[in-house]
Amino acid sequence: MSSSSVLFDAPGPRAKRLYAAVGVGSIVVLLLVLWFVISKFNAKQQLTAAKWKPFLTGEIWTQYLLPGLAGTLIAAAISVVLAMGLGILLGVGRLSAHAWVRWPCSVIVEFFRAVPVLLMMLFMFAVYANYEVFPPERLALAAVVTALMLYNGAVVAELVRSGVYSLPKGQGEAAMAIGLTDGKTMRLVLLPQAITAMLPAIVGQLVVILKDTALGYIITYEELLRKAEQIGNFKSNLLPALIVVGAIFVIVNYLLSLAAQYVERLMRRRGRSAGGPLTADPTDQNTAVGALAGAGPSDTVDTN
Amino acid sequence: MDVISEFFSEYDGLQAFRTTIYLTLLSAVFALLIGTVVAVMRVSPVRVLQVIGTAYVNIVRNTPLTLVIVFCNLGLFLQLGVALANKDSNTFINDNNFRLAVLGLSVYHASFVAEAIRSGVNTVPLGQAEAARAIGLPFLKTLRYVVLPQAFRGAIAPLGNVLIALTKNSTVASVIGVTEASAVMKVMIENRPDVLFIVFGIFAIGFVILTLPVGVLFTSMSKRLAVKR
Amino acid sequence: MRQRIIAALGIAGLAATGLVACGDDSGSGSGSSGGEKVTIGIKYDQPGIGLKEGSKYTGMDVDVATYVAKELGYDEKNITFKEAPSAQRETLLANGQVKMIFASYSITDARKEKVSFAGPYLTAGQDLLVKSDSDISGPDGLNGKKLCSVTGSTSAQKVKDKFAKTVQLQEYDTYSKCVEALGAGAIDALTTDNTILAGYASQEANKGKFKVVGQTFSTERYGVGLKKGDTATCTKVNDALKKMVDSGEWQKAFDKNLGPSGLKLDAATNPPKTFDACA
Repeated sequence: MSSSSVLFDAPGPRAKRLYAAVGVGSIVVLLLVLWFVISKFNAKQQLTAAKWKPFLTGEIWTQYLLPGLAGTLIAAAISVVLAMGLGILLGVGRLSAHAWVRWPCSVIVEFFRAVPVLLMMLFMFAVYANYEVFPPERLALAAVVTALMLYNGAVVAELVRSGVYSLPKGQGEAAMAIGLTDGKTMRLVLLPQAITAMLPAIVGQLVVILKDTALGYIITYEELLRKAEQIGNFKSNLLPALIVVGAIFVIVNYLLSLAAQYVERLMRRRGRSAGGPLTADPTDQNTAVGALAGAGPSDTVDTN
Repeated sequence: MDVISEFFSEYDGLQAFRTTIYLTLLSAVFALLIGTVVAVMRVSPVRVLQVIGTAYVNIVRNTPLTLVIVFCNLGLFLQLGVALANKDSNTFINDNNFRLAVLGLSVYHASFVAEAIRSGVNTVPLGQAEAARAIGLPFLKTLRYVVLPQAFRGAIAPLGNVLIALTKNSTVASVIGVTEASAVMKVMIENRPDVLFIVFGIFAIGFVILTLPVGVLFTSMSKRLAVKR
Repeated sequence: MRQRIIAALGIAGLAATGLVACGDDSGSGSGSSGGEKVTIGIKYDQPGIGLKEGSKYTGMDVDVATYVAKELGYDEKNITFKEAPSAQRETLLANGQVKMIFASYSITDARKEKVSFAGPYLTAGQDLLVKSDSDISGPDGLNGKKLCSVTGSTSAQKVKDKFAKTVQLQEYDTYSKCVEALGAGAIDALTTDNTILAGYASQEANKGKFKVVGQTFSTERYGVGLKKGDTATCTKVNDALKKMVDSGEWQKAFDKNLGPSGLKLDAATNPPKTFDACA
């Protein structure tokens, strides 16, 4: 890809030497940092077999890591489904022709977008605990899911709105012309296209949700991070346990973002919803610099 | 309603929010710096730098922020011995944790800044870069004088989103003992479960006050500063 | 168009159920029925007191809890242990998430307003854990030093207020992070109950690295946390505790769990001879 970059010319002999020097230089720096980390870790007894061997035993996986991963995935899965439902409701509500529907929906969306997920989790946990809303063993899960649902529902609502806005005016006008009511126009014409268009963004949002479930460990939800703490206490290897859990997160999330890209490509090839897949910027990517400068597809949405 | 006066006196809630603001502003500056460097690395002609930049974004962006911040404390400070404050100072622990949190927040959000800038680069028309090369500008100068200035203006909206996310994410600093807003709310909820909703209301409104103007400001800025084409 | 929205929702739904389904396979594996079940709150992260070791739970609290639960008529296989972090013990009891809590839970008047206590079943005291070559001999030697404790516990604040005004406090959410910091030399001392500290000092990986200073400066009477007003259970628990002490099982449990660390508890109050009245 870089061969077709527009930001620099094909290198001549001098530039080639310079690039090679910069390349080698940065590799050297990288190796130095790596060596520093490894030697320090080694000196601090962090690389001993006793600390790392447990991860090769079945017990650590069946008792800690896999249940932890299951906890993380369950919370994320429930949250994303609920967030989509809530988000579509709020998003459509914000587009409503009636002010008394539009305004409350706008306030709700803006509020939940502004409140940190951690704050929401702490609050929901306390609410559910004090008012005995959920069966005891589901309390932490319920708090995690509620917090993630409210925040991500607000994010999805915004996606729905921008998805509908991104559709050509003609879609709504045509629906109106054949005599559909406002509600039917939304339900039968606009919403289906908007949702199709935002599907890649929603899969991308899964990554955000999955990462945010990690906050659940603060309210004792049994997910990967909490399990890492427990491994650390069991085998006295907290740091290695956290590193392993971090790697699991990176792998799972990376697979998810690949899935998001796949869905996006699928939509682009087949879908042809009037709006096209939703991306951060409507600018035609083929004539922009970045598209040729070795960059992958950009994703939309909020960050955490 | 005595809980509101407790918020100001006993729990020093304003100080907590001040910490939240400092965390946010400092991290925003560093995240912008690191993110710009990473974005430049990703579009640079040196293959190794491209790989490093891409790896950085893919690894950091897919790690939970909680882990990043815990690593800053347990890994960087405890194991590697990187202290960010004067060890003899009698406020060493607080200073060090605060700065480690800033570092963690910066490193984490830099990956999103890099993505935002890249989306800004996407808005710069091809002809701009071609023209820059045509007048003989090398890579770094093409970026500095032609592409990046336009890219930043095109990236204002996504950068605003990152700043808002950063404000909210600064709450995670509490896991290594930084007393910001969420840490204080946690204590208040434990002590006053009877006025749970008021306590949450105070803190939620605090964050609405912090983030809403940022959103409005960046939206208007992105319209005003958009490169006219 | 209608098919498309359904298809779009379907894809997301399928992906979600797929995740849930694969989660269930590896999730909780409890399935045995018969007899009443009970959930007991313990610590998962305190060696010698309450520690999760793979699928097993070990420690003094766990052994006492198991004994008491059996006396209350619960079969051992019907006991489910649940983590009860310090800051959430009251809430866990209040909403019935756990029936009893055995989690180094000190009986205090403030807590009695929110929960009821049976016991005490052990009397510990706040102490310091330091590196074995440290010259800190008590809480008043902490001026200008760095002290670690967990968020939501008042033990460190007490040291700062009473003994050492210029001590710096580090707060983490778990003791294990404190131990990690102590091992790395980033803090000078870790404060909490001597039983917990002894548990860490005698862990395999920490042997010879740390010592408990041995000068307690508080009395912590560990009680069994119960839902506020649950006097019926309270009486039964006290009877069970008495039986445990009388039969020698208490001493056995202590020797097994905390004995190896060489910890000497106050003989006047350990093992417990009298129990608080249930109110």
